[in-house]
Amino acid sequence: MKNPAEIYDIIKSNFPDGIFELNTSLPVEPLIQVNPMKIHVVSEFLRDAEELKFDSLMNLSGVDDANGERISDENGNEIIKGGTLSVYYHLHSFRFNHKITLKVSAPRENPEVESVENIWKTADWHEREAFDLIGIKFINHPDLRRILMPYDWEDGSHPLRKDYQNPEFYQGMKVPY
Amino acid sequence: MFEFLSDLFGSQIIAAFISAALPLVFIVPFVIFAVWLERKVSAHMQDRLGPMRVGWHGWLQTIADFFKLLQKEDIVASDTDKKFFNVAPYIVFAGTYLVFAALPFSSAYIGTSLDIGLFYIIAVSGLVVIGILMAGWASNNKYSLYGAMRSAAQIVSYEIPTAIVILSIVMFTGTLSLSEISDNQTAYFWNWYIFGGPDWGLTKFLVLPFMIIGFLILYISTLAEVNRTPFDMPEAESELVAGYHTEYSGIKFSMFFLAEYGNMFAVSAIVSVIFFGGYQSPIGYLGDALAANWLIPFEQLFWFAAKGIFFVFVQMWLRWTLPRVRVDQLMTLCWKYLIPYSIVNLIIIGIITLI
Amino acid sequence: MALKTQELVLNMGPQHPSTHGVLRLELELEGEVVTKVIPHLGYLHRCFEKHTEAMTYPQVIPYTDRMDYLASMYNNFGYVVAVERLLGIEVPERVEYIRVIMGELQRIASHLVALGTYGLDIGAFTPFLYLFRDREHILNLFEITCGARLLYNYMWIGGLSHDIPSDFVRLTKEFISYFKPTITELNELLSYNKIFIERTANVGILPADTAISYGITGPNLRASGVQWDVRKDDTYSIYNRFDFEIPVGKGWFGTLGDCWDRYYVRVLEMEESLKILEQAIDQIPEGDVQSAIPKRIKPPVGTIYTRVENPRGELGYFIISDGSVNPFRIKVRAPSFVNLSVLNELCKGHLVADVVAILGSIDIVLGEIDR
Repeated sequence: MKNPAEIYDIIKSNFPDGIFELNTSLPVEPLIQVNPMKIHVVSEFLRDAEELKFDSLMNLSGVDDANGERISDENGNEIIKGGTLSVYYHLHSFRFNHKITLKVSAPRENPEVESVENIWKTADWHEREAFDLIGIKFINHPDLRRILMPYDWEDGSHPLRKDYQNPEFYQGMKVPY
Repeated sequence: MFEFLSDLFGSQIIAAFISAALPLVFIVPFVIFAVWLERKVSAHMQDRLGPMRVGWHGWLQTIADFFKLLQKEDIVASDTDKKFFNVAPYIVFAGTYLVFAALPFSSAYIGTSLDIGLFYIIAVSGLVVIGILMAGWASNNKYSLYGAMRSAAQIVSYEIPTAIVILSIVMFTGTLSLSEISDNQTAYFWNWYIFGGPDWGLTKFLVLPFMIIGFLILYISTLAEVNRTPFDMPEAESELVAGYHTEYSGIKFSMFFLAEYGNMFAVSAIVSVIFFGGYQSPIGYLGDALAANWLIPFEQLFWFAAKGIFFVFVQMWLRWTLPRVRVDQLMTLCWKYLIPYSIVNLIIIGIITLI
Repeated sequence: MALKTQELVLNMGPQHPSTHGVLRLELELEGEVVTKVIPHLGYLHRCFEKHTEAMTYPQVIPYTDRMDYLASMYNNFGYVVAVERLLGIEVPERVEYIRVIMGELQRIASHLVALGTYGLDIGAFTPFLYLFRDREHILNLFEITCGARLLYNYMWIGGLSHDIPSDFVRLTKEFISYFKPTITELNELLSYNKIFIERTANVGILPADTAISYGITGPNLRASGVQWDVRKDDTYSIYNRFDFEIPVGKGWFGTLGDCWDRYYVRVLEMEESLKILEQAIDQIPEGDVQSAIPKRIKPPVGTIYTRVENPRGELGYFIISDGSVNPFRIKVRAPSFVNLSVLNELCKGHLVADVVAILGSIDIVLGEIDR
C-alpha cells in the first residue's frame, strides 16, 4: 500500500516528460495530471509495474471543465470558447489495495485523449460514455460510438457540456417541450 | 355408439357427424376447466389465490377469458405467409382432435373402435408437428421459427421412446386396440398393466418392475411431446417470448391453446389406458353392486376423466416446480437415456412375454 | 453444390421477457450458437448526470433512488457518504446504525429479486413468487419507516429523513427469525435442483483476471474467487464493527466463476447480511437522527470519488464541487453498467438459452445502466 506521493515519485522517475504535476492542493483527493498523449504508456506502466499493479480501473469520467471564455453566439446562446475538457481515471490495485487518481486535460476545440481500452477492458464503455456525453475523442478506441444517446443524435452535440443547447428537432420530432 | 346412432337416425351420415362432434363436447369444457385448474394449482403452489373474482373461486374466469379472446382483433402481420398462417392453428387443433377419435371414453362410447388404435394415435399426432412448423415458418418471425424448429425436433425425437414403450405393451398384450387393452384390465386396480396385467402367475411379478420403468419413460416423453415444462422449449417464455405462436392473437391463438390443453389430456388418457386400466374402475362398479347396468358406462366415463385429469394435474405440478432444461440437454435426455432404456425394456418385456 | 450460409441476427429486446428491462441485445447466431452479442443501451436514459448539475446537493438524493430502483436505499447511502466525506462531517452513531440496517435489508431485498428473476429466466416460476413474498416483509419495514416502498429518499446528508418507528426493532427481529429458514427452502426448491444445476453450472465462466480487467465487482467478482468487498477492504460507515464473512465462489458444481457460483454467492450473501443485521439491531444507540444535518450544504472546492458496496457491486460517486450549492459534476460508476460490458465475452460459443442464463446471473438493473 502506497500513498499518492510515493506513487507519484515512482511515475516521475520513469516518465520525466509525461507528467505535469501532483496536485494535492484540492481537499479530499490528490490527483496526478498527465499529458493526454501519454496516458496510454503511463497507464500501462501503472498496471504492470511490480510495486504498483493497478489492475483495476474503478471509474473513468469525462468532465467539462468550463474554464474557457463564455461568449454569446449569433443566436444569443451562451457558448464556451477555449479551456479544456478533462478525463479522470480512478485506479485501484487489488493486490496492494492502494488507489490513485489520474487526470488528463485536452483542449476543448480538439479534445483528443489516448484510449486505455486495451489496458483495462472496462474503459471501453466508460470511454464511449465520455465520448457520448462530453465529446472527448479517444484515439485508438476500437468502437467509439454513442452509448446512452441514440446513435443518430446530432453529430458534435454532447449533452453534458456546460454550454449544451438542445437541438430543435430529432427525427422530425420537436425536442424542447 | 356409431351403430346406436345410425339405428336411431336411420342415416349413417348424421350418425357420423354426431359421433364425431361428441369429443368436442368433451374438449371445450375440459380445456376451460383445465385452464382454471392450472391457474388455481399454480396459485396455491405459489402462496397466491389465483382468480377469485369471476364466480366462486373464479371458476368462470376462463369462460370470460374465452369470450375476450373471441372478441379480440385477429392481427395478421403484413409480412406473414397468409395462407399457411391462417390454416396452421386449425391443423394443430385437428391433430389433437383426431387423437380423441380413438380414445375409449367408456365401454359404450368410443369415436371409432379401431383395431389399430395405438398405431393410429401415434400417426395422427404427428400432424401437430406440421401445424407447428407451418405456424413458425409462416409467422416470418425469428423467434417463431426457432420455436417451431425446436418443437419439431423435440416432438419427432420423443415419439421414438413413446413408440417403443407402446410397442412393448403391444407385445405384452398382443393387441393394438385401445378398447381391447382397456377391457383386459378388468375392474380392479391389481389388474392394471402397470401391476403386470390381469393374468396371475410368475409373469405378472417378473414384468412388474419393467412396466413401471416403461410407464416413467412414457410419461416423460409424453410430457416432452406436449411441450410442457421442464420440456417447454418451443415456447420457452424467457428465451423465445412465446415460440411458434408469438404472432397469433384472438381466436387463432385460442386454437393453439385449445390444442395444447387438449393434447395434455390426450396423452394423459393414453398413459392411463395403457397402464392404468383406462376407463376401468379401480375398485369395482357401483352399477354391478346395484344391478343397474346402465350406470356402468357413466362410471367408466367418470373414471376415465378422473385418471386423465389426475395425470394432467401431475403435469401442472411438474410445471410449477421444475426449471426448464436446455435444448441440447433435452436431446441428450432423449437420445442417450430414454431411447436406450426403452429398447432394453422392450427386449426384457419381450423375453418375459415369450416364457 | 455449396449452400450459401449466412449468420442469423436475432434482436433480443428492448421488449423481451428476460432482458430485465429495456435492454436490446443484438445476437449473431450460427444455428443456435452465439458468435457475438452487441448490447445496445440507452432506452432508459433519463439524463441523471445532467439533472444533478441544476440541483442542490440534497435535491440530488431522490434522483439517486431512481437509478438502481431495486436498491434505492443503497444508492442514497453511497451518495450521502460521498457528500459527507466532501463536507467532512461526522454523523451520529444512531444514524450510522440505522443506515447499515437499512442497507443490509435492502441488500437482501435486492438479492431476493435477483435470485427470483433468475429462477424465472431458467423457467422456474414458483421460487420467484416465494422470494417476492419474503421481499414484501422488507418493503413493509421500509414503509413503516419512511412511507415509501420503492423510492425512499430516506438517507439525508448528515442524517435521516425519519427516525425508525418504535416497533421497528421488534419487527426486524421477527423478520430475521422468519427469513432464516426460507433460505433453506430456496436451496431445496431451486439451488440444488438437478435441472437448475445443469442449466447454470459450467455456463458463462468468468475467470478472475478477465473479471478484474472488465472492472466487474460485487457478487459477480466474488463468484470468480476474488475475496473483495468494499465493506471490508475499503470500509465506510461502521461496517468495520461487524463480524461477517465475504462469501466467494468455489466452483461448487462446475468451474469457478460460472453462473451457479454467481447465483449461490448471492444466496450466501443474504446469510451474511442477516449476520450483520443481527449484530446491528441489538446495538442501536439512542440519539437524534437529524442533529448533524447541515443547515447549508456548500462543500469546498474539490473532487471526491467514494465507493460503497451496492448489492450489485461497487457503486461509485465521483463528485466535483466548485464551491457552490450545486454540484459541478456527478458521475456515477454504476455497477450494472460495468458488469454488463463483459456480456459478449461470457456469451461467445454458448446457446441462445444460455444468453438468458448468463444475463440473469449478472443481475443488471437498467435504471442504473442508463441512468
